Amino acid sequence: MDVVNQLQRQFLDYSASLHREGFLDDQFTQLQKLQDENSPDFVVEVASLFFEDCEKLINNMARALEQQGVDFKQVDASVHQLKGSSSSIGAMRVKNVCIAFRSFCEAQNREGCLRCLQQVTHEYSLLKNKLQTLFRLEQQILAAGGSVPAIE
Amino acid sequence: MVFLEGGFSSPRNDAFPAGLRVLVVDDDPTWLKILEKMLKKCTYEVTTCGLARDALSLLRERKDGYDIVISDVNMPDMDGFKLLEHVGLEMDLPVIKSTSDKLYLCKNITVMSVDGETSRVMKGVQHGACDYLLKPIRMKELRNIWQHVFRKKIHEVRDIESLEGIENIQLTRSGCDLFDDGYFLGGDDATSGRKRKDADNKHEDRDLTDPSTKKARVVWTVDLHQKFVRAVNQIGFDKVGPKKILDLMNVPWLTRENVASHLQKYRLYLSRLQKESDIKNSFIGMKHTDPPSKDSTASFGLHKPMNTMPDDVLNGTYSFSMSNSLAQSIDLKGQADRNGITSVPMTEPKGALSKDISDSHKTQSSQMSFDHSLGSVDSGVSFASFGSTNPSPYSWTDIPEIQFKQEYEPFQPENGFNQLQLPEPFMIEKEVNRSRTEVKPLLDEYRSNLVEHLSPADLVDLFPVQSKNQTLKNQVFNPISATKSSMKTKDISQNSLAYSEFAQRNLNAAGIGVPLASSSEDLQICWLQGDGYPMNFALQDFECLDYNNPALIAETPFYLFGAPRFDHEHLLDPTEHFAIDQGLFV
Repeated sequence: MDVVNQLQRQFLDYSASLHREGFLDDQFTQLQKLQDENSPDFVVEVASLFFEDCEKLINNMARALEQQGVDFKQVDASVHQLKGSSSSIGAMRVKNVCIAFRSFCEAQNREGCLRCLQQVTHEYSLLKNKLQTLFRLEQQILAAGGSVPAIE
Repeated sequence: MVFLEGGFSSPRNDAFPAGLRVLVVDDDPTWLKILEKMLKKCTYEVTTCGLARDALSLLRERKDGYDIVISDVNMPDMDGFKLLEHVGLEMDLPVIKSTSDKLYLCKNITVMSVDGETSRVMKGVQHGACDYLLKPIRMKELRNIWQHVFRKKIHEVRDIESLEGIENIQLTRSGCDLFDDGYFLGGDDATSGRKRKDADNKHEDRDLTDPSTKKARVVWTVDLHQKFVRAVNQIGFDKVGPKKILDLMNVPWLTRENVASHLQKYRLYLSRLQKESDIKNSFIGMKHTDPPSKDSTASFGLHKPMNTMPDDVLNGTYSFSMSNSLAQSIDLKGQADRNGITSVPMTEPKGALSKDISDSHKTQSSQMSFDHSLGSVDSGVSFASFGSTNPSPYSWTDIPEIQFKQEYEPFQPENGFNQLQLPEPFMIEKEVNRSRTEVKPLLDEYRSNLVEHLSPADLVDLFPVQSKNQTLKNQVFNPISATKSSMKTKDISQNSLAYSEFAQRNLNAAGIGVPLASSSEDLQICWLQGDGYPMNFALQDFECLDYNNPALIAETPFYLFGAPRFDHEHLLDPTEHFAIDQGLFV
């Protein structure tokens, strides 16, 4: 099954690159390991939850930062939550931006915060796209009758 | 396992962890889903909750429906601590707190706090979480949570006197059954000598006179609790003892053990309240309303209680002593105005609650007001004394005393606690089998901090300070050591290595909170756990620090957490996570 093999290889390579580039860390691998026949779509489900949560939080931050009198505590709370969320799925780059974001919140630096918000939004979109590509590859493998290779 | 039968609805020991009923509370839906999946993989029975108040109602509806609770500390609708308190008080369930914030973790598990974060530091511990998990949480950490439940069961079932020997055997046996390395039960540790203090301690533990008797869990309703409080007040906090309370309460079906454990919690609770309420108060010197005749007790009731309840103090059961010390200090229920009382648990370094004492600056006076929400602190921290596994270079006996002195002196002037009385040395001596000589120098630096942390002895012990001065500098040592000794042997066997791992992990992480002088080894984490559950801190990769607290681990009286198996090799290997994998049943 050349097609399957090819797809599988593509999948592994793509996966490796995501890790290499810091989009995903080991936590994501852990999630993949958790997936089993009882919950065959576990990773996709978790990712969806994450994206939803992410969007909600980013909106919260944006709103808070738009205010005349920015409530940095509120922004920080959202960033903190996002950080926790991103760590759940292994979204390393997003998480890292959150870390920087928090210092700006603490310093009550609106400019810095806005920059971070922009960055976090950017990282989130990137990750979303990449994960969707990854999931698509998985689907293709399955559709071709193969199985998704496990990542060590 | 015979002793697991008591009220334990989980499957038998060979399948013990399977079917463990876990309630997970987290406002982050992603984490909730992940934790649920992980726990299911551990073959636990999982219930999830996105809101703290929902969790509370679930718990109340099915009083005996869960074995353990894992809750995020940062819940939007209810303070994580409140939940902990409710759960602890009403349901007596072990609660594990999870957070993604390393700093938070450090702050909450370390006693030492240099700059006034003590109140926060103490907070976590005060509330008696039996363990902390740092997100991202690993499977192995979750696999071990059952140990907390296990431990608790053991405490409930165990009759110290008669079971001591039996327990050893049983534990050893079951330990071998359950764990490859048997470290959890510390087969060798268990047999090597529970130096547990002895019969006196018994009443601290919940125990059954008949080992095979199933012990139903007592639900402390508001009414029952009120009776309890009235009895305590009537007797006088400093003179209080489970037997007396029991007699006064006149509740036929209640046992002394029930009262003893509740008393423990109550004391912890009070000390915590006291602390919280006193943050702004200056130490008023413990002149309390108490009649002059009680002067010594006035301050913390340490004295008297200690004297009157020597058992408690000396008892090896960690859990009990914790509460005792606290109780003593807190016991001031009748002396509500004692504000500046730093938690007293000096005598009983159970450590866990000594945290209450934490901040001399922050008037952590334990509140005497009684508040139903006694945390689930069980002060039954079982410190796994490493003693059995790792030779301690320190002589325990010395330190505690020293510590106390140090703490004590500065404390007084600073706080104006005239009546603060150091627990009598004898108590310390007896309890502390090992003291760290190293601690001494550190203690010097700690003065002010130390004072606050009463059970510094314990804490001190926890940190095997190698580099000493630096590390200890900012740490408050609680003379837990006292409790340690007694707890040690026993606890070690019962405690998992988790603690060490935890300590390691947190130590590293705690670098933040504590100005570790140089190496993470010096990191001392005083983790006082009210519950005395072994902390399953699976070592997570703390990027910031490497685990290299061999000394720390080795010397830390893990009595707080069960007896971690100290594997020196592991400890000494900085790059290696504490044999957590090994130690924990992963």
